[in-house]
Amino acid sequence: MFGIFDFMRKSSDSRQVAKDRLKLVLVNDRMNMQLLDNIKYDIIGLMKNYMDIDEDNFYISIVHKANRSTGIKTPMFYANFPIKKIYKS
Amino acid sequence: MTEIIVVTSGKGGVGKTTTSANLGTGLAMMGKRVAMLDADIGLRNLDVIVGLENRIVYDLIDVVEGHCRLKQALIKDKRCDTLFLLPAAQTKDKDAVDPEQMQKLCTSLREEEFDYVIIDCPAGIEQGFRNAIAGADRAVVVTTPEVSAVRDADRIIGMLNANGLGSPKLILNRIRPQLVKKGDMMSVEDVSEILAVDVLGIVPDDESIVVCANKGEPAVLSDNSLAGQAYRNIVKRIAGYTVPFLDIEKKSGFMDKLKKMFTK
Repeated sequence: MFGIFDFMRKSSDSRQVAKDRLKLVLVNDRMNMQLLDNIKYDIIGLMKNYMDIDEDNFYISIVHKANRSTGIKTPMFYANFPIKKIYKS
Repeated sequence: MTEIIVVTSGKGGVGKTTTSANLGTGLAMMGKRVAMLDADIGLRNLDVIVGLENRIVYDLIDVVEGHCRLKQALIKDKRCDTLFLLPAAQTKDKDAVDPEQMQKLCTSLREEEFDYVIIDCPAGIEQGFRNAIAGADRAVVVTTPEVSAVRDADRIIGMLNANGLGSPKLILNRIRPQLVKKGDMMSVEDVSEILAVDVLGIVPDDESIVVCANKGEPAVLSDNSLAGQAYRNIVKRIAGYTVPFLDIEKKSGFMDKLKKMFTK
C-alpha cells in the first residue's frame, strides 16, 4: 500500500543528511588526532625540564582497556618515551 | 623510472582490488611494463580478479624470505605480456613481513625496470597497511559515496600524509547518477570537497563489474563496460594525459533508454 505513495513522495534528500553527518564525524575524528598531537608536544615540553628524551620515538595513544581492579573498560592514556639522560637536580 | 602506486581505502569492500586490477591491466594495455603486487597477506584476491589463480607457484613471502627469486614469483598475465602479478601468501598472516622488507622488495621491483608497480593494500590501518605503503611513491585512495567509506578515507588520507605520501588522489567508486540527481547520494563534488583531495577518477556503479569478477577479466578489457571506460580514462590520467571526466549521467541515461527498448 505505502510502497506506491513512497515512490511518488518527494525525495528525502538524504544526500544532505549524509553530508552533515559526515562533516560532524570528521570534525570529531580530526580534532582527536590534533588533540593527541597537542598533548604530545605539551608533555615533551614539560619533560624537557627534567630529562633528555628521544622525541623521534615518543609515542602516545588512547586505548580502551579494562581497569585492573574494577574490570570496567575505560579510555586510558598511554605514553612511551625513551629517556636519553636524566638531568642532575 | 619505476613509479610505485599504492591503492588504499581504509574501509573494506569499496573496490580496492578491482581498482588495482583495472589500473594494472589498463596501464599494461597502453604498452607499459606493469607489476601488480597483492599486499593482502592471508586474504589474497587480486589473483582471482585477474584470473591468474591457477598459475601461482611462489608468492610474496617466498620472495621476501628468499625461497625463490623475484622473477620466479612474478606471474605473466594471460592477455597482456607486459603485465605481471606478484601474489600474496594465503597461508601466512600480515606479520610475516615488515615495512623494511617491503621497501627492499620495491627496490628489487625497480631494478626489474617496470614502468609501474601497483600495490593492492589490505583494508585497515594496521601492519598490512604500513607494509603496503612502505615502498610506494604515491597513493590512490578509493572510496564510495557513503558516510562510513568517506570517513575511513579521511583517516587514511591523514595517515598517508603522516607517512610522507602527501596529496593522494581520489577514485570515487560506485557512483549512481540517478540517486545523486534525486538527492539521495553524495556527489563527486560533495566527497572531494569534504576530503579536500584531487579527484583522479569517478567510476559508476556498473553491473558489468560483477560479470568481470565472475570471469576473472578486469572491466578495462571490455569495450562495452561503462566502468571499464572510466578505468581506461583513469589510467590515461596516471600516464600523464588530460582526459575529461566520464559523463556517467548522460551515458546511463542512454543505457536506460536501451534497456527500455529491450524490455518493451
